[in-house]
Amino acid sequence: MDALVIGTIIKVVLVLLVVSALAGFGTYIERKVLAFMQRRLGPAHVGPFGLLQIAADGIKLFTKEDIIPQNANKFIFSLAPVITAATAFIALSAVPLFPTFIIPESLPLIGGAIVPSVIADVNIGILFVLGMMAAGLYGPLLAGMAQANKWGILGSARTAIQFLSYEVVTGLSVLAPIMLVGSLSLIDFNNAQIGGVGSWIIWQQPIAFVLFLIAGFAETNRTPFDLLEHEAEIISGYVTEYSGLRWGMFFIGEYSNMFTISILAAVIFCGGYGDIGFIPGWLALLLKVVFFFFLMLWVRASWPHIRPDQLMWLCWKVLMPLAVINIVITGIVVMI
Amino acid sequence: MTHIVTEHPYFGIFVLFVLTFVAFSATLNLQRFISRKLARLDTEKLKMSIYECGPEVTKQPNTISVQFYLIALLFILFDVEIIFMFPWAVDFKALGWFGLVEMILFILLLAIGFLYAWKKGALEWHSIK
Repeated sequence: MDALVIGTIIKVVLVLLVVSALAGFGTYIERKVLAFMQRRLGPAHVGPFGLLQIAADGIKLFTKEDIIPQNANKFIFSLAPVITAATAFIALSAVPLFPTFIIPESLPLIGGAIVPSVIADVNIGILFVLGMMAAGLYGPLLAGMAQANKWGILGSARTAIQFLSYEVVTGLSVLAPIMLVGSLSLIDFNNAQIGGVGSWIIWQQPIAFVLFLIAGFAETNRTPFDLLEHEAEIISGYVTEYSGLRWGMFFIGEYSNMFTISILAAVIFCGGYGDIGFIPGWLALLLKVVFFFFLMLWVRASWPHIRPDQLMWLCWKVLMPLAVINIVITGIVVMI
Repeated sequence: MTHIVTEHPYFGIFVLFVLTFVAFSATLNLQRFISRKLARLDTEKLKMSIYECGPEVTKQPNTISVQFYLIALLFILFDVEIIFMFPWAVDFKALGWFGLVEMILFILLLAIGFLYAWKKGALEWHSIK
């Protein structure tokens, strides 16, 4: 066992714990921000500022009876939430979370060790993250198919076409930045934008940025694309029959996907963890991620959601041709 | 800021893969154990039945509209295109004008197929009139 193996395992456990806690904290922030935008108080009674609401929700989810309905395929029914949560976390393994730093020499045992910014420094970073988020589709799909319920099957069919369609837009929108940088590794993306705010890719690729953000909203099931759990049409979609922590697993997966999309938008388009003036890199990345997370909540408070046919219309007839034209124009401009 | 070259770059992914599946499955099993200790374990017919299944529990057929399958077919077409374009985009500057013209020709061919699907109404949702 060398230092790299132990370091990787420690980092994986830390990321698992921190992101799980952040997913819980994300639900609290979402409720609080939405409440303030609608001139309500939000969770306010459990603990200071309602902060212990997260713990209360956790206890509630943990002690609710776990019902597997009749007729459901029991193995796939219990596997589906694990797939959703696990793929959302595995996608984080190729995303840089902080600048590379060296532990001070004064600390015993681990002093002087270099901590890399990613868990696994693979050279196909973006492809891996997008592929893993696409593999997360198997969670909702299997959940809907296994429960033998008409709302579940409709919800999973909607999930499938929404994720698949917007997967095309995500892939096409990141192609133009890849052409500029010439690498798939997210660390190379960060290094290409090291020269301050002026060198951010967002100024060269504004269309790609907007397309990526829209597709990211659709892939994480945020308003205005939250058609998968639409009470008036399909009850709860693919989570209709789930209860207790199995239901909570889908939410942990969804919120950690929101964090992944926020970090990706920050790293690919907005300079990653490069320093901005006096702000150190890790704080800059944190601020950008918090901003994109807040943007998702802001949009939820401001927009009604759209119809499924409008969703498909927007993806295939507007965003997809726009992304292809953006790639062709980028290619010609770079060549000239 | 630099790459740290290791012998096995995918080791971290493997650790995360194993650990997430083990940890989440263990958490769910623990939750199932605790909640079933606390719950009233009656297997009443209506409690175990699926939501809105009718008075008799019937297994509802897994049938969905054909429109979903059409969109999935279109997705295969375009996802293969994207997979083809990723290596091209990485080596874009090395391939130069030749690569760009080839890719524009490829996109034009694909656009013809896309326009055909559009004209055939593969992208229109069913009319409810």
